[in-house]
Amino acid sequence: MNTWIEKQRHLIDFTLASLARRKGKNLGLLFIYTLLVFVLASVALYTHALRTEAQKVLAGTPEIVLQRLVAGRHDLIPPGYIEQIGRIRGVQKKEGRLWGYYYDSVVKANYTFMAPRDLKIERGEIIVGPALERSRGLAAGNGISFRSYSGELHTFIIADVLPQNSELVSADLVLMHEADFRAFFKYPEGHFTDVAMSVANPQEIKNVAIKLMDSLPDSRPILRDEVLRTYASIFDWREGIMLALLSAAILAFGIFAWEKAAGLSAEEKREIGILKAIGWETGDVIKMKFWEGLLISLTAFFAGYVAAYLHVFHFDAILFESVLKGWAVLYPRFTLPPHIDGLQVATLFFFTVFPYTAAVLVPIWRAATTDPDTVMRG
Amino acid sequence: MRPAHRALLLLLCLFAAFLLSFADAWRLRTLRAALTHESAVLVERLGLTDPVLFTEARYTRHPSQADLQSAFQDHPVALEHFPTGSLIAPPAGLLEAYEHLDRKTASPD
Repeated sequence: MNTWIEKQRHLIDFTLASLARRKGKNLGLLFIYTLLVFVLASVALYTHALRTEAQKVLAGTPEIVLQRLVAGRHDLIPPGYIEQIGRIRGVQKKEGRLWGYYYDSVVKANYTFMAPRDLKIERGEIIVGPALERSRGLAAGNGISFRSYSGELHTFIIADVLPQNSELVSADLVLMHEADFRAFFKYPEGHFTDVAMSVANPQEIKNVAIKLMDSLPDSRPILRDEVLRTYASIFDWREGIMLALLSAAILAFGIFAWEKAAGLSAEEKREIGILKAIGWETGDVIKMKFWEGLLISLTAFFAGYVAAYLHVFHFDAILFESVLKGWAVLYPRFTLPPHIDGLQVATLFFFTVFPYTAAVLVPIWRAATTDPDTVMRG
Repeated sequence: MRPAHRALLLLLCLFAAFLLSFADAWRLRTLRAALTHESAVLVERLGLTDPVLFTEARYTRHPSQADLQSAFQDHPVALEHFPTGSLIAPPAGLLEAYEHLDRKTASPD
């Protein structure tokens, strides 16, 4: 065993000395290789963390949101509509929701106005999201005026600001009393934006949705599962776009690495010839090259991955943030908890380390099995 | 120190950093769990459906609630014209070249 270890040590010594003879080329390869792993790992880590975070945060979204469609477009829920739903077995709670959009021409951003049922807000007061607090320089106790779509000016007092920690879902919210909401948007009495429903048994959600569509053909139930799927696909799409853009770089690296690993230079061929002439066995030459491939690819993988981890979770992915998160005038500031997918890391390892190590071996085996004299003469 | 030992030591350090990243991820997850929890509580309490990622249009603010043909909602051949559909924010200089067609106010409301 000790002899084997000693032999490997000597082989590594020799490999390193051989690599050092072409220092510039090999360091360049290592740098590009590490950079590639870094970029791929950053994209994978960031999108997975964002996807997981969205799934966790939205786990409590209403089981069913019922919209009414007129000519294929979202319309208000008229009075009596909720009663028409009647008693559907399994539906625990159904309530009309009031929410809408307001464009603020001062900061050129859209806010989401909402009149929550379960939150006590006095008339004339509002609770605002943290991004709105930042962009308009507001604080609790301040007054703010909004010009409604009918042209009237409505003044509100900021009662509170929603917690900074919930910014991912609350950045642009303006919560107000139901009467204020109706007065601001001239919302007709008894009308609602949509209906939120909770279903006791998760297995029953689909059946309830089918019953709803039967009893109200102009309705469109949106299930919690669909909401979660929407976000999974949005982030998948963004990851895909990023990888598609990177594919040219990946391909270029593939050609570069293949060229470097598979096509032996005259100098390398001569080196193998000399080694064989002084008594090295074919197996030893292959082992030496195997160590070369393994040392380069493992170093590149670990260094690239660790750098990507630090970039994404300690430096908020500054390089890809705008592509992967999206952007807006009112943008939430949030830090992602690191959710790492082991399978994703393993896949990255397999596709970066193995092909290079294997590509190194094929031409060496070919060169090492030919006569030393022929190899040395080129 | 032999070159082989130096190379193996470097690899060992990198491998240790790789393993440490998982431990650090666990630590940060525990630390930042409160953030996730607070958002999740608000989602449940207010019945929210979408994170505030893209606020420029109603179908980008609430993609999960958007009409099925939302990209064409302005008129029959209107393609999506909001930047969320593209990759990154247009450079600020480019935006200045266009006249803003939205309502303007001289002073804050």
